[in-house]
Amino acid sequence: MAIVFQKPASLTDKELHYCPGCPHGIIHRLVAQAIDALGIEGKTIGVAPVGCAVMAYDYFTCDMVEAAHGRAPAVATGLKRSLPENVIFTYQGDGDLASIGMAETVHAATRNENITIIFVNNAIYGMTGGQMAPTSLPGQITQTSPYGRDLKTQGYPIRVCELLSALDAPYYIERVAVNNVKNVNQAKKAIEKAFRNQIEGKGFSLIEVVSACPTNWGMTPQKALQWVDERMIPYYPLGVYKDRSKEDAKEAN
Amino acid sequence: MAKVTFNEDICKGCGLCVDACPKHILMLDKNKINRKGHNPAVMTDQSKCIGCAFCATMCPDCVITVEK
Amino acid sequence: MAEKVLMKGNEAIAEAALRAGCLHYFGYPITPQTELTAYMAKRLPKMEGGVFLQAESEISAINMVYGVASTGKRVMTSSSSPGVSLKQEGISYIAGSDLPAVIVNVQRGGPGLGGIQPSQSDYFQATKGGGHGDYHLIVLTPSSVQEMADLTSLAFDLADKYRCPAMLLADGTMGQMMEPVALPEPHKSIIEKPWAVTGTQMKREHNIINSLYLQPEILEKTNFDRFERYRQIEENEVRYESYLMDDAEYCIVAFGIAARVAKNAITMMRKYGLKVGLIRPITVWPFPKKAIKDAADKVKGFVSVELSMGQMIEDVRLAEECKRPVVLCNRAGGMIPGVDQIIAVTKDLVCSVEGGAR
Repeated sequence: MAIVFQKPASLTDKELHYCPGCPHGIIHRLVAQAIDALGIEGKTIGVAPVGCAVMAYDYFTCDMVEAAHGRAPAVATGLKRSLPENVIFTYQGDGDLASIGMAETVHAATRNENITIIFVNNAIYGMTGGQMAPTSLPGQITQTSPYGRDLKTQGYPIRVCELLSALDAPYYIERVAVNNVKNVNQAKKAIEKAFRNQIEGKGFSLIEVVSACPTNWGMTPQKALQWVDERMIPYYPLGVYKDRSKEDAKEAN
Repeated sequence: MAKVTFNEDICKGCGLCVDACPKHILMLDKNKINRKGHNPAVMTDQSKCIGCAFCATMCPDCVITVEK
Repeated sequence: MAEKVLMKGNEAIAEAALRAGCLHYFGYPITPQTELTAYMAKRLPKMEGGVFLQAESEISAINMVYGVASTGKRVMTSSSSPGVSLKQEGISYIAGSDLPAVIVNVQRGGPGLGGIQPSQSDYFQATKGGGHGDYHLIVLTPSSVQEMADLTSLAFDLADKYRCPAMLLADGTMGQMMEPVALPEPHKSIIEKPWAVTGTQMKREHNIINSLYLQPEILEKTNFDRFERYRQIEENEVRYESYLMDDAEYCIVAFGIAARVAKNAITMMRKYGLKVGLIRPITVWPFPKKAIKDAADKVKGFVSVELSMGQMIEDVRLAEECKRPVVLCNRAGGMIPGVDQIIAVTKDLVCSVEGGAR
């Protein structure tokens, strides 16, 4: 018998601090699987966010930098400009990337900065205990929208992939989910592609992973993944939003 | 022939593997509490396992190793 | 001695940084330091390995600095007062992660948007930390274009030596003024940086650049360890100029442009027979406490000359331990104290100490 599935080598033995059923663990594993598959552990540098994934630096075996809230794309820019031969990725949540760090995100994208961004959208601030996120759904009840997100006073959710794909520069933008086996497998492919794009010098790749927060959504892990299917994915449709490899192909013809 | 092993100590008993198993041969062991305080996932009938690794795919904590 | 060239202060900083092996610069336009950014924009893309990037904000610029500093390479950003306020978050993270970096503040009047004329009103911000948490920067205050260059070189060396961000605290006059300057010889960091993130190459455990310690005992220890290094800096790196202090009966304390005006005032006062000297801090953190304390045993009073509402004066008072009167001679909002004002304030002090009419 041969091993067909095991913990990827580029994850440390540190036990994840995430709540039971939290998909952060799945997404960490997908990132590590991509690093393993591409054989880039020794030259990869990850940037951890502020939020639930703040301690990601303990979980990946590659070199890691912990960034201030929202600043990961700027820190990654510094790392990549200093070490262009290395592989730089950020791992950020929705509050980090789409609220406090929106300027850093948009400008890294419009520079087509040759980095890989893993953006975890679970429509809530997890670490601080379940406050409204820029991606919280209309009517979603959170600690800071206790009567449901009111579009008149609290604004509409931000669809990051749609927003960024309006820019000319970014190379690859895809939205995936991790709520079932099929979607996890697609997410795995997308994340690996985002790393491969960087290795090939293509530029900015962002993978939005629609995720869940069972604890702060007040649901069982099973119910939370069902909610992703029923509520999140209809608002945040999965798919490729920008792929400039098609332009590359056109130019080649 | 397939074999699934659980690193039981780090299982958080979320049950996502249980739901993912197409053969319905996984369950949370209510008679056991691991050192993290959870009912860990166990396999009820190893002989029915097809080694699809769906359980491991959905496990957030890399608890599961699959051999085939 | 290198040949002298005529340069603006802002450009002298930029050229000195390049000669110190700083090949990475991230900035954002703001008056009165923009020439520095423009100089880097012109030079760095033509240099091997050179990186110039105009960031989307000062916040992003300092975080790009954090990224490069994490890799162990020399890196700099510059701004002026309102922009430096925006950088404080990143500076705190750089200090908390024990990274070397150089930050230039060509100060202008404040608070708020303030003005664009020279000021020293970011003294508290620069010397007391600036951002959140317990930390210091090494703060160097040039008083000539020559020092703009020399202290930039020194800032890189000290930052590397102590794994600590260093700030060049200049002002709009220093930035805009042109003077002949002998540029420092090219030199590079010779300090090993085994802590840097460069990729493990599968040859070592992963390095982590981080300022988060959720265990209070460990966070406390990082603070104590860092302050032990600060103690060494205070012991080894205090720099100041002592001017005509041997026979001085009164002491002016001033840095930057204020010290230049003070020297002229001292020349005038000595013509009238008033024995006044100057202590010019070159490092305002660490502050030349001992020099001031020793002076307090010899002089009858101090005048703190500042382009602010009186910030350094607090450090002067702490240093001289309330032995002598300390008075403030200041202008604010972009104004500079003149020779007449310094003489008038000093004479008032003399009268109050020694009695009699002015």
